[in-house]
Parts: sequence; structure tokens; C-alpha cells
Amino acid sequence: MTGAACALYASRAGLDVIVVDRGPVAGGTTGAGEGNLLVSDKEPGPELDLALLSNRLWGELAQEFGEAIEYEAKGGVVVATSPGSLTALEHFADGQRAAGVVAETVAGDALYALEPHLAPGLPGAVHYPQDSQVMPALAAAHLVRTSGARLLTGRAVTEVLRTTDGTVRGVRTHSGDIHTPAVVNAAGTWGGELATLAGTSLPVLPRRGFVLVTETLPRMVHHKVYAADYVADVASDSAALQTSPVVEGTAAGPILIGASRERVGFDRSVPLPALRALAAGATRLFPFLSDVRAIRSYAGFRPYMPDHLPAIGPDPRVPGLFHACGHEGAGIGLATGTGHLIAQVLTAKTPGLDLAPFRPDRFPEETP
Amino acid sequence: MTDRPHLAVIGAGPAGLAATVAAAAHGVRVTLLDSAAAAGGQFYRQPAAELRARRPQALHHDWGTWERLRGGLDTHVKAGSVRHLTDHHVWFVERRADRFTVHALLGPEQEDPVAVHADAVLLATGGYEKVLPFPGWTLPGVLTAGGAQAMLKGALAVSGRTAVVAGTGPLLLPVATGLAAAGVEIAALVESADPKAFVRRSRALAAQPGKLAEGAGYAAQLLRRRVRTFTRHTVVEAHGTERLEAVTVAALDGAGRVRPGTGRRIPCDTLAVGHGMLPHTDLAETLGCRLDGMNVQVDGEQRTDVPGVWAAGETTGIGGSALALAEGHIAGRSAAARLAGHAPDPREWAAAAKSRNRLREFAAALDSVYAPPAHWTEQITDDTVVCRCEEVTGSAIREAVTELGAGDVRTVKLLTRAGMGWCQGRMCAPAVAGLAGCRLAPSRRPFARPVPLGVLAHEHTHPTERGSS
Ligand SMILES: Cc1cc2nc3c(=O)[nH]c(=O)nc-3n(C[C@H](O)[C@H](O)[C@H](O)COP(=O)(O)OP(=O)(O)OC[C@H]3O[C@@H](n4cnc5c(N)ncnc54)[C@H](O)[C@@H]3O)c2cc1C
Ligand SMILES: Cc1cc2nc3c(=O)[nH]c(=O)nc-3n(C[C@H](O)[C@H](O)[C@H](O)COP(=O)(O)OP(=O)(O)OC[C@H]3O[C@@H](n4cnc5c(N)ncnc54)[C@H](O)[C@@H]3O)c2cc1C
Repeated sequence: MTGAACALYASRAGLDVIVVDRGPVAGGTTGAGEGNLLVSDKEPGPELDLALLSNRLWGELAQEFGEAIEYEAKGGVVVATSPGSLTALEHFADGQRAAGVVAETVAGDALYALEPHLAPGLPGAVHYPQDSQVMPALAAAHLVRTSGARLLTGRAVTEVLRTTDGTVRGVRTHSGDIHTPAVVNAAGTWGGELATLAGTSLPVLPRRGFVLVTETLPRMVHHKVYAADYVADVASDSAALQTSPVVEGTAAGPILIGASRERVGFDRSVPLPALRALAAGATRLFPFLSDVRAIRSYAGFRPYMPDHLPAIGPDPRVPGLFHACGHEGAGIGLATGTGHLIAQVLTAKTPGLDLAPFRPDRFPEETP
Repeated sequence: MTDRPHLAVIGAGPAGLAATVAAAAHGVRVTLLDSAAAAGGQFYRQPAAELRARRPQALHHDWGTWERLRGGLDTHVKAGSVRHLTDHHVWFVERRADRFTVHALLGPEQEDPVAVHADAVLLATGGYEKVLPFPGWTLPGVLTAGGAQAMLKGALAVSGRTAVVAGTGPLLLPVATGLAAAGVEIAALVESADPKAFVRRSRALAAQPGKLAEGAGYAAQLLRRRVRTFTRHTVVEAHGTERLEAVTVAALDGAGRVRPGTGRRIPCDTLAVGHGMLPHTDLAETLGCRLDGMNVQVDGEQRTDVPGVWAAGETTGIGGSALALAEGHIAGRSAAARLAGHAPDPREWAAAAKSRNRLREFAAALDSVYAPPAHWTEQITDDTVVCRCEEVTGSAIREAVTELGAGDVRTVKLLTRAGMGWCQGRMCAPAVAGLAGCRLAPSRRPFARPVPLGVLAHEHTHPTERGSS
């Protein structure tokens, strides 16, 4: 997704773009996650600023791509499960409002008017109308196609070519070299490996997540609904399993429940406890789901950085190398803003947001 | 008796039955689970019981074997060494430390959870039919080969019908024979394979005078007398408004393309199409077992690479019931020995191992002979529905491939929803792979059956009966 957005904005900025991927379109984490474009889960700070910029840009793209990318501005409802968490949630929302987020506290009948099938007796919630969604794989495929960039799938980058003074001059793939003065690392969870190929380092690590998908249903869940403990979880540093089920109905019919968060490296086996926790969280919010069947689950590996912020912008250590990776559980949402900012720095414009918090060289150098 | 090691066998087809009987005979407590209401699997579950009186030999060369197995099962069940759980749909097998929990849903509604704990599991889940779409394939009256067998259960209801049996593979003959025995008129038998290929592979084929070849030969004789057989032909379209009325059959050229102008229309009300089988590997995959292509990979003892997990029968490769029996026997013997804490002596199953080798060679030879027409995807028109669950057409899939950069089944699925529905691509994956021009690869399906979220959410409240023994 990130690479697709970079391609679109860069080619609209007048650049000649080639997209190289070792797999197919959306074959990485983009094809293994959900497409929530959330502002609701972000605390005030650089990530929220990027999310708000991205949110606006997604809205613009929606005008252009219409249904092809399944954009839906359905809004989010963050539910407090106890009076205490409602207070915490309202406090959190106050801060977000100051940063430009639209957030409305809802309780009682108003809450059940938004989501009639929620469990009875919930103390309240915050409604975030800006939360929206796309279908990530379709979005990536259509953005690449519309960008007019040359798409080279099935070609792995094996080396970043550099001149004797260290400046980037292209990439080597197993089927030939591609010469270019600028290389954007949008390799997601594998962004660290790509940085290594360019002779530098970037600490991107995998964080596993599972999503449960139910059978097709008539619309029963109208927004993105999740419990308030999600907010604490995103910023947490704990490696233990924490499940924060975002429950949402999709246009196609199934309900998606996700996602779990675990740091277990690239382990692909399916652990029942993680799936059970997702199901338990979802059925607590929506008791009717108990009788609904899960037909599948899928897993992906979010690209996460130690401080939970992506790396966006030029790498001062390697002239000509730009990074656009490490977006963790928000890479779909943040893709448009990231692509837009990357296009600005590629064309030597002043970026619309301060890139300092996203500097790729902000981490201490790894000593191998 | 409860301190005897406990083996859970999933699937009560030939492989699972042979394994159960072999393991139980060697001191293991076995729980045999199957989703069907009775033991037998794909092969023995066939309607022969009802049709037996009329043409037993035509339908079941292996009837004697089946009776022996069922007798063995009954004896062990009575003795308390085997517990046979019918109507148990296994949705997940969980491995924790060195113990296993088999999670099943009960009954035809598949709602109530049951968990069976075991020291080892043996996967004998068989296979499912490969479906290749063509214009009209969704019309009522168009069935898979297995569907036609199921239809025979109400044998009386089908007599008087007119059927075309088409596709490729060794199952077409038994299906046609079964239908004929039930009083269905077989209007044509349409096989896309080239008879010359049989001649080329005749040594490998003749080297196996096993049950399948014998049965097929017998059936062929039976049919030859009264059935029009077209080889190197294929069904290009099924016609009908409300339901099937006729099919168009056409000849194939040497390259596997339909020869223009050779189409002929054959009136019929039933079309049974079979293109062979694919192994069920869902449970094996969630356990982390290594696959070899589409098959669960096993060693000489039928062990997977996950300790404590054996696999036998068509889940390890399609090869017919005799092969499933041999593999099941070996797996059961091996599991019994290993669970008793010692390495087995393969000489004890030398005969089974010998027939396993022969039958695998034979299956490989058959596989090289029977294949869908090389260019079968050309028959998928733009408006042919390829994925029935999500109603995705041929044109949508072609667009994903040519316009959006999809080159594999997973990406087509993401971009079109083909394979995301109830059957999880079990039906459309071969067709999507064909249209995308890639090899069919196993897709991960974490749940072997859809499972209610309420069941998933709770550790089961009424876990195991720990075995009747
Ligand atoms: C379960 C789950 C749920 C999620 N839900 C959401 C959500 O609701 N909203 C949201 O915004 N985000 C969500 N995410 C996160 C989001 O999916 C990711 O942040 C995002 O997909 C990252 O996109 P990307 O383009 O940076 O990386 P990827 O999609 O992984 O793309 C990187 C690409 O680089 C290619 N590549 C790597 N190395 C090389 C090489 N050497 N040569 C050539 N190509 C290479 C890969 O093949 C891959 O295609 C979720 C993630 C998971 C796992
Ligand atoms: C139409 C047709 C005709 C055939 N004719 C012949 C023939 O004439 N000669 C011949 O040799 N072979 C024939 N075969 C092939 C033969 O049926 C198979 O080779 C044989 O049955 C394979 O045995 P198996 O034990 O591996 O699997 P199966 O017989 O398929 O048994 C697998 C069992 O596992 C159960 N199962 C699967 N998944 C689950 C789950 N998740 N939970 C619970 N239970 C599960 C199934 O219900 C099934 O009972 C025919 C097959 C078909 C479809």
C-alpha cells in the first residue's frame, strides 16, 4: 500500500516511477490486514497529524476511485466497557479534539441508535465520524495502475546500487539492474532488510496479528466498533498477547474482527488462544455474534518500529535513499499522507508536515 | 485401561478404518471421529448397500475388504478399545506440549462443541472433488461425480433419468456404472484424456493389476455394450433454463483445444462431471505439518514432520481406496508402536508397504494420463460464474490478472473475492489458478469447518469424555 501511494503521488509530481516488488501486488502485509483508516486510536502527536492529513487525502482519492477501492466513511465508535474507562476515553478524546479530530460522546439511547446490537448496559462511547475504510488490496492495485508507474512484480531487489561516494544509483534485481537516482524503501516489514541492502540500518520488526472473518450477514454492525482498551494497546510495549477487537460489518457481508497483536517473529502456525480471545472480545461487545460462524482467519506481520512511528523521508546516511516503512498497524490509513510527503521530498519541496519525528536515522546505530 | 495411550483418528474412510483397526489390535485406545453418520468414507459410504442386491460386483470389488474392516471395527468398539464418534465435524486440532485436543462440532447442525484429548492424532481426512467451471455448470442437474454417487442413495428416485458422465479420471467409470445399475440411462461417457496416453503408459498401468484397474476394466466391459463413449472430448456447455436439458460435447485437438465445428448436442437431465480429487489438508496445515505440493508429506511410517501426527489415505495424495487401506494400516501400526514407546519393525507391514509402493506408482501413472484439457480455461466465458459463493465471473478474474497485476490465487482472491466465501475456495481455487496461469497451491484455511464465534470464544465447558475405555 505504501509503495502504491508513493508511486501515485510521485508520478503526479512529475516523476517517472518504477514499482518493483518481489511478489504480486498487495502480496505483503497489505494483503493480510484490514483497511481501517483510523484517527480514533491515535493520541495527539505526529502520528495523529499524519493520520489527519492521510484521512483528508483518502477522502480526495475516494472521489476519484469511487467504489473501486471500496472506500466507506462509516465512522468509528469506541465503546467504554466500564464507567472508569468512559472517563479515560473522554479525556483522551478531549486531547484529540484539540488536535483537529471530530469526536462526539454518545451514551444511552444515542449509542444504541448508532449500534442497535451492542450488548446492553454499556456506559457510553465516543463516535469518530472521520474513521473510514478501504479495501487495501484493491486500493494498492488501483493506485499503482492509475499512477501510470511501470509495475515489475515478481522481482526481488537483491542490492541497492551505489556510486563510490555512496550515493544511490539504482537497484539490482535477480533479473537485471534498474538505474535511478532515487530509491524509496516501501518494503514494509522487510524494510530493515532493504535498508541493510543499502548499507544502512532501520529497526523494523514483525508484530503478528490475526483477523477473524465471519459468514455473510445482513448489516448488523454499522461502524467500526471497538473497546476502549485498544487505545492503550497500540502504544504498549508489552510483548504479551493483547486483543482489541475492532468489529465491523463490510459491504460484502462478512463481519471482520481484528486484530490481535503479538510479537512472535515470523511464526505462521495458528494459535487457538489468539483466535479465542478475538472471538471473546467480539461476542462481549455484540452478543448476537455468538451464533455467527467464523469461516476463516488470516494473519499478517505488521512492520513496527521501537517508538511506534514510521520512518518517512530521506536517509541522511545514504544520499538518494528514502524510507517509507514501519507503519505498524496503520499503514493503510497512513499511506496517502506518506506518499504525499515522499513525493514532496523527492521533488525538493518543503514537506507539508515536519518530518523530524519520522527521521529514519533517529535510532541508535545497530552494531552488528 | 485408561492408561493405555490414546490415538485420535480423524476420518473413517478406508485409511482411517484400517488405521483404527490396526492400532487397536496393537494395544492402543482409539477414538475415531468422522463427520458422516456412518463409517466408510468416500468409497464405502457409497450406496452399494442398497444396490448390492442388484449388481454387487459391478459396484464393489472391495466389498469383502469392507466387511472385514467393519467387522474389525465392531469388535473393537464392543471390546471398548475403540470409540467411534459419528457426526463429529472436526474444525481444529490443537497441539499443546505433547498432547493434542481435537475440537469438533456435533451433529448435522454443527453447533455443539466437543473436545477430545489424545496423545497422538492420525489424519485420514481424504479428499474432495476438483471442480472446473464451464458455461452452464451451475444449472440444477449438473453434479460432481461424488454428487452423482450421493444421488444414488435414493436409488429408486433416479431411475428413468438420462445422464452424461464427463470429465477425466478413473472415477468416471465407477460413477457411470453405478448410475447405470440404478436404472439411469447413460447417454454418453465423455473422457478428455487421450487413449494414446494409456498406450504410452501401458507398462506402469499394466503392472498394477489392483482393484481399481480390475474394477475399471470390468466396468468398462459392462458399459461398452451400451454406452456411447467419447475420448478426447469435453463438455463445452450445459444448456437449460430452469434446469439442465442438454449438453454440448466437442472434440479436442492434440494441444488440448476444442476443435471448432465438432460440437454435438446431447439431451440429458443429469450431468456428472469429475476431474479428480484434491487432498484435504486444512487440519494438517494448522498443525504446522509440511506439505509436499498439495499433499501432506509423510515418511515411510506415514508420520508427518510434526511429532505425534500421522497422516494416511488421500490427504497424503490421491490414489484410490486400496492405497488408502495400505497407508492406513501402516500408519496404525506405526502409531501403536511409537505410542508404546518403541520404534516399529517395518517388516511387520512388509506386504502393505509393497502394495503401497505399487499403488503409488500406479496412481502417478494414472495422474499423467488423466488430465483436464490443457486449454480448458478457454471455455470459461466472461460471464461464466467461477466462484459460486461470491458470484465472481470469469471476466472479473481475467481483469484482476491482466489489469491489476494479480498472478496467483491469493491476489486474485484479494482483488475479486473469489474464494472468500463459505467454501473458502475449495471449489474455485483450481479454476482461479487456471485463469491466473499459475500452479494450484494449497491455501491456508485455519478452520476445517466454520465455527460459531460463541464456541470459539469459550474453552469448552463439557470437554472430554476421556474415552469409553
Ligand atoms: C492483522 C492486521 C490488521 C491490520 N489492520 C490495519 C488496519 O485496519 N488499518 C491500517 O491502516 N493498517 C492495518 N494493518 C497494518 C497494515 O496492513 C500495514 O501497516 C501496511 O499494509 C503496510 O504496508 P506496506 O506497503 O508498508 O507494506 P507491505 O504491504 O508489506 O508491502 C511491502 C512490499 O515490499 C515487498 N518487498 C519486501 N522486500 C523486498 C525486496 N527485497 N525486493 C522487492 N520487494 C520487496 C514485499 O513483497 C511487499 O509486497 C494491519 C496489519 C495486520 C497484520
Ligand atoms: C465418486 C467416487 C467414486 C470412486 N470410486 C472408486 C473406485 O471405484 N475404486 C477406488 O479404488 N476408489 C474409488 N474412489 C476413491 C475412493 O473413494 C478413495 O480413494 C478413498 O475413499 C480414499 O480413502 P480415505 O480414507 O483416504 O478418504 P475418504 O474415504 O475420503 O474418507 C475421509 C473421511 O474423513 C472425513 N472427514 C474429512 N474431514 C473431516 C473433518 N474435518 N471432520 C470430520 N471428518 C472429516 C470424511 O467425512 C470422510 O468420511 C471413488 C471416489 C469417488 C469420489
